[in-house]
Amino acid sequence: MGTFVPNTKEQQLEMLREIGYEKLDDLFAHIPDDVKFQGELDLPAGMSEMEVAAEMQKIADKNVIYQSIFRGAGAYKHYIPAIVGSVISNETLQTAYTPYQAEISQGVLQSIFEYQTMICDLTGMDVSNASVYDGATAAGEAVAMCRERKQNKALISGAIQPSVMKVIETYCFGNEMELEVIEVKDGKTDLDDLKAKMSDEIACVYIQHPNYFGNLEDAAEIGEIAHSFKKCKYIMGVNPISLGILKTPREYGADFAVGEGQPLGLPIAFGGPYLGFMASVDSMKRKLPGRIVGQTVDHNGKTGYVLTLQAREQHIRREKASSNICSNQALCALAVGVYLAAMGNQGIRDVATQCYSKAHYMAKRMEEIGFTVENKDYFHEFVTTSETDIHVILKALSNEGILGGQPLDLHRILWCCTEMNSKADIDRVIDILKEV
Amino acid sequence: MVINKDALYAKTHEWVTFDGDTALIGISDYAQSELGDLVFVNLPEEGDEVTCGEAFADVESVKAVSDIYSPVSGVVAAINEELLDAPEKINEDAFGAWFIKVSDITEKGELITPDEYEALCEAEE
Amino acid sequence: MLVFEKSRPGRGVSALPKCDVDVLTPSDKDLRKAELHLPEMAEVDLSRHYTELAHKAHGVNDGFYPLGSCTMKYNPRVNEKIAALPGFTDIHPLQPARTAQGCLQVIKEISEALCEITGMSEFTLQPAAGAHGEFTGLLLIKAYHLANGDTQRKKIIVPDSAHGTNPASAVMAGMEVINVDSDDKGLVDLDKLREVCEGNDEIAGLMLTNPNTAGLFDPNIKEITDIIHQCGGLCYYDGANLNAVMGWARPGDMGFDCVHLNLHKTFSTPHGGGGPGSGPVGCKEHLAKFMPGVKVVDFDEHSDENMLSFAKAEASLGEMKNFYGNFLVAVKALTYIKMLGKEGIPEASKNAVLNANYMMNKLKGAYDMAFDPKVCMHEFVMDLSRQAKETGVTAMDIAKGLLDNNIHPPTMYFPLTVHEALMAEPCETESKETLDDAIRVFLELNDIAYSDPEKLHMAPVKTPVTRLDEVGAARHPVLKYEFE
Repeated sequence: MGTFVPNTKEQQLEMLREIGYEKLDDLFAHIPDDVKFQGELDLPAGMSEMEVAAEMQKIADKNVIYQSIFRGAGAYKHYIPAIVGSVISNETLQTAYTPYQAEISQGVLQSIFEYQTMICDLTGMDVSNASVYDGATAAGEAVAMCRERKQNKALISGAIQPSVMKVIETYCFGNEMELEVIEVKDGKTDLDDLKAKMSDEIACVYIQHPNYFGNLEDAAEIGEIAHSFKKCKYIMGVNPISLGILKTPREYGADFAVGEGQPLGLPIAFGGPYLGFMASVDSMKRKLPGRIVGQTVDHNGKTGYVLTLQAREQHIRREKASSNICSNQALCALAVGVYLAAMGNQGIRDVATQCYSKAHYMAKRMEEIGFTVENKDYFHEFVTTSETDIHVILKALSNEGILGGQPLDLHRILWCCTEMNSKADIDRVIDILKEV
Repeated sequence: MVINKDALYAKTHEWVTFDGDTALIGISDYAQSELGDLVFVNLPEEGDEVTCGEAFADVESVKAVSDIYSPVSGVVAAINEELLDAPEKINEDAFGAWFIKVSDITEKGELITPDEYEALCEAEE
Repeated sequence: MLVFEKSRPGRGVSALPKCDVDVLTPSDKDLRKAELHLPEMAEVDLSRHYTELAHKAHGVNDGFYPLGSCTMKYNPRVNEKIAALPGFTDIHPLQPARTAQGCLQVIKEISEALCEITGMSEFTLQPAAGAHGEFTGLLLIKAYHLANGDTQRKKIIVPDSAHGTNPASAVMAGMEVINVDSDDKGLVDLDKLREVCEGNDEIAGLMLTNPNTAGLFDPNIKEITDIIHQCGGLCYYDGANLNAVMGWARPGDMGFDCVHLNLHKTFSTPHGGGGPGSGPVGCKEHLAKFMPGVKVVDFDEHSDENMLSFAKAEASLGEMKNFYGNFLVAVKALTYIKMLGKEGIPEASKNAVLNANYMMNKLKGAYDMAFDPKVCMHEFVMDLSRQAKETGVTAMDIAKGLLDNNIHPPTMYFPLTVHEALMAEPCETESKETLDDAIRVFLELNDIAYSDPEKLHMAPVKTPVTRLDEVGAARHPVLKYEFE
């Protein structure tokens, strides 16, 4: 069996005797018999590191690694510079706890402060928290934090990622906030339906931009409609890569910007760990859930960083806290910080531009071979319709080691391009599709 | 400990002064010193109703949040916005740092005199 | 110095090739006008920047980390090696299940192992952390009562020693918290519990850790869960302290209906400076149909091949998070479970309890132990009220003194029921030598409290910064770097 217990059997007995016991089981003697576990756990016997490594490798080998991926729909394959992996493998940064002991946690705290600054810069917002679990829970938390005594209803665009909608529904099932979906028209949030559904009771309007179908929303107009009611907050869920070239949520008039941080340097990894980012305008900062790092000075006047505004959080406010979040995705936030620092201003613009340009190139080529593209203004995802059954299309691609787009129904597919998809890869997809 | 002889006190450590139909409410000097350095105060909005014995605000220190209870029932006529940017004023001058002004008073809770309040604080210590 | 202050225009990492299709940009209406201020750094400077940050942090690999209720055990390197395999990192979450059989196998195997360790019948890996698991568990309880038409069951009992997330989670689940005080031994007061529960059809359930936050196993646990069940409530087990009892006692056998675990505590995955964790939730059969997310089942009915596939619970409460939770964290935990196996898992708990008792007994003379237990489980709580009164040295001062000795302090001022609390959890992965050294430091600091208290008020002095002005930080928050 493998073990990570350093003390030898002799040492264990020696320690036990020193404190007045005969055998290790004596320490469990006070557990009543009716709840004490009898016998042996029904698990395989332990193994050496070499055996486990081989077994886990065998499991990993059962997965198909697609070299060419044209699927996004909430998880995006981007290039990750080597330095990202190297920094987050640092044993100190990787194994540290939450930085409550500020004096020995300056490295972690500073990295979060830098992350907060970068998220604010990308989104145009004033304040960012230190991350939440993922883009979907960021949306759920954002909707929940807008709730007021007289504003207990949220309007959510029907054009958001379906699993994000499900998570918002779960948060609302919990706190019993009402949720109404804004209709989708031509692949975008229907402004007329939004106007009709607005009232004094609306706590917030939530949209995704670019939306699930890849389309750019009428984000500024939606903001104006939301803000026509004084108490209503405007939340935008955004793809952070798109902010390299698209207007910031601030420029569109949002109060809160949230989103999935995975595209910023994290592997797709079968869905996690990712991270959710949350940022707000200054006046809303006390509504943000989760940890926030602030700058201050020590006794000698030296600059340092601490967790701050903690009275918002569960460990102090307990049942009055607006969220229970405690652990977040700090190491993923560190990865985001390293990624953004490595890419820099030009790098992030280049990634966004390549995503945009390649998606538009691919869409054009698909139209040439008879697919209908539903989108007009879009970022790096678009929806095609064709007569051919999607299963036939996706199977043909899969046979060639290509993961095609996300099927929406029998004839519609949601495609995604990033900087990882070369022109040659796109042309190859077109060639294969011509055949089916 | 500063006791203001012109105010009445609630047993939950708020002070109140009346001026005609309105009341000014804050927290006592004893309360601010027990709470320690205050870093933020959550105030109600103008026009909100406050109810005798119920929380209308809370104050935050670095490690705690404490509710502040209203000694009267009525409508918030004004809030001391200065405290939102400078909560330290409560620590510096608890009597000067009023929280809210209440009008349309319909009910007053059990209020005690400055002398009685002083005795209460001494007993608590 | 911040990374932004090191930035020089024109520097950068050569990450991407030139765009190989015509470059296009969005129309002006949607084009970003706001300036960007991301760092522009040569890779060498960037690399050194983060090395410098690491030097100003403290991880499990930097020294003893007896942080109570956080289970800062050693994080085996093999976990990281396995979780970095491209066969796990390069799999898209929306790939067809038949192309992700390895991932499904991981989910299935770890779920089954966790069921066996806790005595539950099903697990979901979707919750991303302990608090998220609590929220999930409470929603299961809520869904169960609603399905029975018991819409009035909204009160959740939480002991006064509970972690702050418990009451906060209850409120997120639309429930009202009833606090029940502990007795003078730090355990649940049975009489008070009966008083609250008897004939009360508004009780949704109970949230409890066992062993509790004082490191004590509640011997009345069966009776406690019986009282709750008798009034129609359900019992939720907060798995924060599972490291004490693996293979010795199972929440399922104690009468709990659902449970969350912390893979980043009990199952050795690293804390990452605050996350990612993983908070899988398990439940017994009667709650299984409400489980969120998807579970892995053996046979795909659409296929002739024998393949694993996903299935949704019939009355699922929905999704807690996108996809399948913090998957790579589960990969690490499974690697750990496979290494330890059926003998190693109880062995880990046994040594966690031994190490805690060893340390508690060695410190007993100098430090008072809260509730003065004869034997503790995996952690113990020191009460420094006496030192505070006699010397002015507080739990905080001792904690700061430990920093100068390269020891991460125990959890401070928790549980709230003990005034000057230091809660220490040594973990099974520490050697006798490490414990002896820490014991020596704790005893020395106690001596200093009596001989030179001022020295401890000023601690730490050897750290990159001294005590920080938290009041100033909160009064006038500076939450990001301001560009000129």
